[in-house]
Amino acid sequence: MYRVVVSYMNSLAIKGVPRTSADNMARIILSLSILCVVAVFVWLTSDVLLSGWQGLSVNFLTGSTIDSGRAGGIAPILVSTLAVVGICLSVALPLGLAVAVWLSEFSVTERGLTVAVWLRRLIHLLAGVPSIVIGLFGYVFFCQIMGLGYSLLAGGLSLACMILPLLISTMEDSFRSTPMNIRQAAAALAISEVGFITKVLIPLSAPALSAATILSLGRALAETAVLLFTSGYVTRMPDSISDPGRVLSVHIFDLSMNVTGGDQNAYSSALVLLFLLFILNSLSKVILARVKIKL
Amino acid sequence: MAVAGLALLIFVFLVYESWPLLSKVEISRFFNDAGWHPTEQEFNLLPMIVGTLLTAIGALIIAAPLSIASAIFCQFYAPPIIAKLYTSIIELLSGIPSVVFGLWGLVVLVPIVASWEGPGTSLLAGILVLSIMILPTGALLAGTALGKIPSSWREGAAALGLSRWAMVKSIALPTAKSGLLNALILQTGRAIGETMAVLMVCGNIVAIPDSLFAPVRTLSANIALEMAYAMGDHRAALYVSGLVLLSLVAALLMFSRPMREVSYRV
Repeated sequence: MYRVVVSYMNSLAIKGVPRTSADNMARIILSLSILCVVAVFVWLTSDVLLSGWQGLSVNFLTGSTIDSGRAGGIAPILVSTLAVVGICLSVALPLGLAVAVWLSEFSVTERGLTVAVWLRRLIHLLAGVPSIVIGLFGYVFFCQIMGLGYSLLAGGLSLACMILPLLISTMEDSFRSTPMNIRQAAAALAISEVGFITKVLIPLSAPALSAATILSLGRALAETAVLLFTSGYVTRMPDSISDPGRVLSVHIFDLSMNVTGGDQNAYSSALVLLFLLFILNSLSKVILARVKIKL
Repeated sequence: MAVAGLALLIFVFLVYESWPLLSKVEISRFFNDAGWHPTEQEFNLLPMIVGTLLTAIGALIIAAPLSIASAIFCQFYAPPIIAKLYTSIIELLSGIPSVVFGLWGLVVLVPIVASWEGPGTSLLAGILVLSIMILPTGALLAGTALGKIPSSWREGAAALGLSRWAMVKSIALPTAKSGLLNALILQTGRAIGETMAVLMVCGNIVAIPDSLFAPVRTLSANIALEMAYAMGDHRAALYVSGLVLLSLVAALLMFSRPMREVSYRV
């Protein structure tokens, strides 16, 4: 710890350059704002950790939900969450992969470039669409017009709409960073486009692709507003994907807002959710670190 | 193509669902009606629009300087270890779900605000929670914006014997101005669209707030609260809320571009 502090102090001083008072002022203000941010982070996480820890037990994770969530566990909630996120990924992944491959590999014709510019603009716009608006859309399109009703399937599909833009842009980036010499080698060997994509491009960017997937997975797991009125509200264990089910984040929302005396279990559920997200975050970091070593 | 269609499809369906009402009622009534009583044919959305704008602007006032300060700190001041550590804190913070922010805000922040002045669930609580939520987005984006400054410029500044702050003030910030502005716009878009956290801490009373401590309802909260039981014109009115929300965000996004397209020409 001491060495870190000393190295910090040293790095602040550029040798031979006199510090002005504006310089010192800037340092003080910057350090204060950083401290603020870190303090809020510690406050928030420690609060969730300490309050959530008390209610956490094996029974909480494996029990069924009783009395609107005041008692019992979150097993059906976890199953619903898994199902919704699973559906979301199984739809978004192939679609996102296809669009990303097209954008980075096939949009080189003159007409393709114009299309690609517009497509990117739309994706950028789609990324900014508020999640509640995607929820509204999902409700009309999947629940009503496609006749899925409140169901895990409708929730997963709506969620796929939300993570697609993120998935596409991160995947496209990883395709684009494929080294030029590999592309040239493939061209020299006259490998077909399909062969290049399936045998070279995708395997080569597999770590970056999985990191992108995990990132999107985390986003999907954290989402609430999209699922409020698409995947349903019931706390029952779902039998099939056309059943309604409540996901973890909706459960937290409902417990803290609509159920008096639900705060403890809301905190415990929040801790479970944070734990899942933390694992995903670390996983993507480990994978990305391996990419860097390889290249 | 399906994806291109999706963005348009969302817009089309919002219009399609709000059309029964839009074709029947004059647009001005969404701003002039006596109040928001959609079951009694009164559709004044103004308090919600004001609520959305106030929370977003308030959050931006707090979060924007902090995000830019964070980015400057990571890019120009912190030694690698601290910068890495701090960045991972910011990344973790950006991954925290909005319901968890809402829960924390409701249980921890709201009682604190209430101890200053009741009722606690208020514009101020919303602004505070929202600013913490959008801070990491802004900090990461601003960091990207500053990171794109050619390193030769920084080296040049060091060679000229500029102090660090002089370098930041006279080279980094002016160069990255467009990138930072872009980051702020994207951050604002996030603030406007946010639903869960503001829904949980703002009190959700339909009125234009007369002070920081008064409760407000945002457009997004309006949809989330009433969608469950809305029928007919009421539902169409909620789709109009969605349409207004989407237009606000789309109007903002028109002035922005994806961060990876930002570059500074020499």
